[in-house]
Amino acid sequence: MQRRQSVKTQKQPLQVHHKNQTDLSAWRKGGRIDPEKNVQNHQTPNNQKNDSKQGSLEQALSYFEKVQDRVSLKKNSVLQKHLTTVESIALQSGLPPEAFDVLLNVALSGKLADTVNTRLLKSLLPASVIPETSVVSSVSWLCVSKCSGNIQLLFLRWLIAVFDFIDHKEQLHALYGFFFSFLQDEKMCPYVCHLLYLLTRKETVKPFRIRRLLDLQAKMGMQSHLQALLSLYKLYCPELVTITLPGKMKTYFKNSEGPWKAGINTVRRRNQENSPVFQPLFLGTAQPQSRKRKWNTQLIIPASSTNTNNLEEDEKKNRVDLYSMSESFRVEQLQTFSQLLQNIHRLEFPSQMGSVLTNPLLLHYMNCIKDESIYLRLYYWMGQTLQEECTWCTVDNNQDEEEFKDFLETVYKTECFLQEGFSSCEEFLYKSLPLWDGFCCRSQILRLVSWIPLGSFSEIKSHLYDPLAQFFFTSSLYFKCSILECLKELLQNWLNWHVIHLDSESDSQVHSSNTTHSELLNVVAELIHFVGWISTVALRLENNPTFLLYFILDFYETACDMYLRYNLPLLIMPPAGVFYPALLSMDSVSLNQLCYIMYRYRTNLVAAKENELSKKETVQFRFSNQTYQEYNQYITAMVGCLWTSSVFQKDIHPQGLRMDDELLKKTAVQEFKNSFNIVYHPAMMGYAVLFLQQAWPDDTTFNFSLIKGKKWNWYLEYLYAHDLKGLKVFIESSINRVSQASHSKAGNVQV
Amino acid sequence: EAAPGPASVMESVEGVARTLLSFGRLSRGLPFGRAHGLSSRDPLLPLAPRSQENADPQRTAFLLRKQWTLYSVTPLYRFSNAHLRDYARLLSAFIAAEKQKGLAVEVGVELDIKVAVSSLPYLKGSDQDQAAILVQLSSRSPASPKNSEEKLIWSGWFCCVSGDDLSKNVPEDFTCLPLFLVNGAECYTSIVGSWFQKTFDCSFRRLAISPLILSWMAAMWTGCKVDKTASAMELVFSVPCLPQPLDISYAIHPEDAKALWDTVQKTPGEIIQEEVDVFMDCLYSHFHRHFRIHLSATKLVKVSTAIASAHCDGIIKFLQSQYLTGVLMLLTELAISQIE
Repeated sequence: MQRRQSVKTQKQPLQVHHKNQTDLSAWRKGGRIDPEKNVQNHQTPNNQKNDSKQGSLEQALSYFEKVQDRVSLKKNSVLQKHLTTVESIALQSGLPPEAFDVLLNVALSGKLADTVNTRLLKSLLPASVIPETSVVSSVSWLCVSKCSGNIQLLFLRWLIAVFDFIDHKEQLHALYGFFFSFLQDEKMCPYVCHLLYLLTRKETVKPFRIRRLLDLQAKMGMQSHLQALLSLYKLYCPELVTITLPGKMKTYFKNSEGPWKAGINTVRRRNQENSPVFQPLFLGTAQPQSRKRKWNTQLIIPASSTNTNNLEEDEKKNRVDLYSMSESFRVEQLQTFSQLLQNIHRLEFPSQMGSVLTNPLLLHYMNCIKDESIYLRLYYWMGQTLQEECTWCTVDNNQDEEEFKDFLETVYKTECFLQEGFSSCEEFLYKSLPLWDGFCCRSQILRLVSWIPLGSFSEIKSHLYDPLAQFFFTSSLYFKCSILECLKELLQNWLNWHVIHLDSESDSQVHSSNTTHSELLNVVAELIHFVGWISTVALRLENNPTFLLYFILDFYETACDMYLRYNLPLLIMPPAGVFYPALLSMDSVSLNQLCYIMYRYRTNLVAAKENELSKKETVQFRFSNQTYQEYNQYITAMVGCLWTSSVFQKDIHPQGLRMDDELLKKTAVQEFKNSFNIVYHPAMMGYAVLFLQQAWPDDTTFNFSLIKGKKWNWYLEYLYAHDLKGLKVFIESSINRVSQASHSKAGNVQV
Repeated sequence: EAAPGPASVMESVEGVARTLLSFGRLSRGLPFGRAHGLSSRDPLLPLAPRSQENADPQRTAFLLRKQWTLYSVTPLYRFSNAHLRDYARLLSAFIAAEKQKGLAVEVGVELDIKVAVSSLPYLKGSDQDQAAILVQLSSRSPASPKNSEEKLIWSGWFCCVSGDDLSKNVPEDFTCLPLFLVNGAECYTSIVGSWFQKTFDCSFRRLAISPLILSWMAAMWTGCKVDKTASAMELVFSVPCLPQPLDISYAIHPEDAKALWDTVQKTPGEIIQEEVDVFMDCLYSHFHRHFRIHLSATKLVKVSTAIASAHCDGIIKFLQSQYLTGVLMLLTELAISQIE
């Protein structure tokens, strides 16, 4: 019962109420107010003022308690005074819980004139909570019909308006049948429906009540308040009644809050902390549907609604009771994260799994529940939707590209949220990429590509890489860059998945077979080789633009760190077709990026070697000697280029820069040897010029040879200060500066 | 028997485009596609003897000579044969609520439209197959509801004939009935379909039949024996890229067609794509000889034989109860390839 209550009264921030209740009684007794709580109340009531206020309210209450006969307001100044007191205090700070019993009693007993009763009811604003007992006793007044119809109506409206502030509702629930009988009254019917809507629980939905409501419906026709109540009945008991709400409807009940609105908002503001926003009725499950759509087009993501297919419930009841899940929590009611936490043990997935896509709370839930059928339902729905709505896959072209784009966007966001790709999406990509024009929904498609799950799928080349390569080679520079970026994301997602997977594996102490692991390594290696290949070709095709180079090197920034950052025993060097264009780039950004990447390769390889030596690693995951060899060739070239000015002699890479002196002399370049060191390198020369200008402001000859010895070190500091961090870590790690004085002797360290 | 090269390419391109979404690693491949061939399995000829016994002509008679629109359906979640009556009650209330949007309807009371949901256990190919489910809507005449003069206004059935490829891969909670056939007004299809979608979290898609599959049907059904004097085999072709639609109907005497097919088919009980191509090419060249029209440059849109007739829009008419399960087996396979 307790749990039941906490669900039904979810709108009510119970804790806060209790806190304020404590405050209030302190205030009533004229005692001190806890300073901390006082601050929370945003009001700093002056104690004296409070005392006097409290005094006059007490007087007023005792007056209303004792008032006997019909007293005329006009003639009775005492009544006038007390009434005004009640009104002003109510407006200012709300009435304490004790006041409601007295004031409701007098207002509904018919002792006073309706004008007074109305004013009293309108001033019934709670400071914190309204005791349930006073509400119950006032309901009993309705039975003896001492008060007029207008007052009864106003009372119902008040009850609806302040419903959330009633401290308990168990006894009110017991009065359900009593309120239900008021439905007959035509004037009261809309408000009674609203009140019943607030009070209805599954066990109050009974066949005889449904029949009563249907009779009313037959008598009065389509009425929004009846529709609302009936659809709530349908929600709880779909096996008894059903209704299809017309799509347009927005409000189902007349606004009852009117006279109390401002006051209630004040109370809410006072109780603000962790008080949920007043929740909308959870009826609005009928989503607007564009009329042109056919019934079986699935693009409309279904609204979350409870699975009505619970006919088996009865059979399973015994089992269910064992787990004390007397009732499941309806997805329509799920509005806040704390509700999710409170009800996670009895929450049901919606009748159509597709609806989780637009419901982050259910996605959280999905993340916790590893149930095959959930994924399978989503798989089928999404697979069919993607195929049916894909604008370039279907023959009849009545699909809406914008809608499809939005849908793909939603799917992508869900994948990001869940941090995993959907297999239905993967299949869709494999099927649709060969037909894609490379233009329609481009960014969405590429984003979905980045979430293709890591698996040992042997045909990824023919299904993904081949079509992508076709687009890549035949499209603009920008498209090339987007494809490279999406492949970088893909690599990162795979690596992240791998890390998480490793963790969960070590947790469960189950090591999956090494064959699958080496298969995964092959899949990752294949991706990196693919990117290396298309990058090489693209740099040739596009004539080495910095923009493209940036995206290529960005990919390698992830690839060079796989061993240390992602615990994946795999390192693949960029091909020479990427390395050399970057090394000889005209732009310091690329060169700096390359330096950083080579530094990370070094760090990873050194760590791998150390682990190998200490036999920490399983032997079979040793990096191949070829990787070390390639690294050493590159590092020789780089150091020879940037530092020792010996690249033309020392570069041993077959595609490298090694050249005969004879040939170099033919170029008629003087001092060709050092033409690619950090001073003369075309990417660095700009820095060298600026450095010269600063170091020798009077010298206009740009004598670069001045940069040597101590000045060389200054120049390095100058470069480092200009954000060439990659260069810094590279030089500090890979260049063994034997003697600071003679930089020419510096050599490189090979791993 | 040389069909013009470019034209036959075009035809196969069309076929590929239509069934395009059915290839890939996780699907079963193009049904009867060139790459996979059909040598190991003929979808029509080896009618499972069990199903032939069970398919009592009397019981399946109501399925014959009606136009059925085809849909593929993903597995139904938490569907249970034990609750068919409840489903009927809920569905009939749902239909009433949908028809009078905004008015609530009590479940279980007599309504204008009566729903019957029943099982057709004899309509299956293997033991793994779920029993077919029949949904029938009939209207009571509002004038005299007591007389219960009911008129069938819509029917639809879910079935699975030899759909093991799908059913063996899904967990218990799911019911595989991948083929849905409908006869009746679209508005009822829409309501019933939405109810199934909402209740069993499944997705419906129209099931088109590609020209490639149609030519298979033509060849397969030509080879089937029919007792009575059979009606002519008719192939309908539509000519693409014309301002006005132009359809060419090509009728062949069934015995001639059978004779042709018998010369083409190498091993009885087995069909391969090559044989189908040869068979169709023969028909095309015969037509060309008479009318100078290359049918291979047009699109095959409809095949009618004594066994059944099929339209590329996904409409089928069964004509022989003895071959009903055989045709359903082929259609089940098509539906599964569209789902996966």
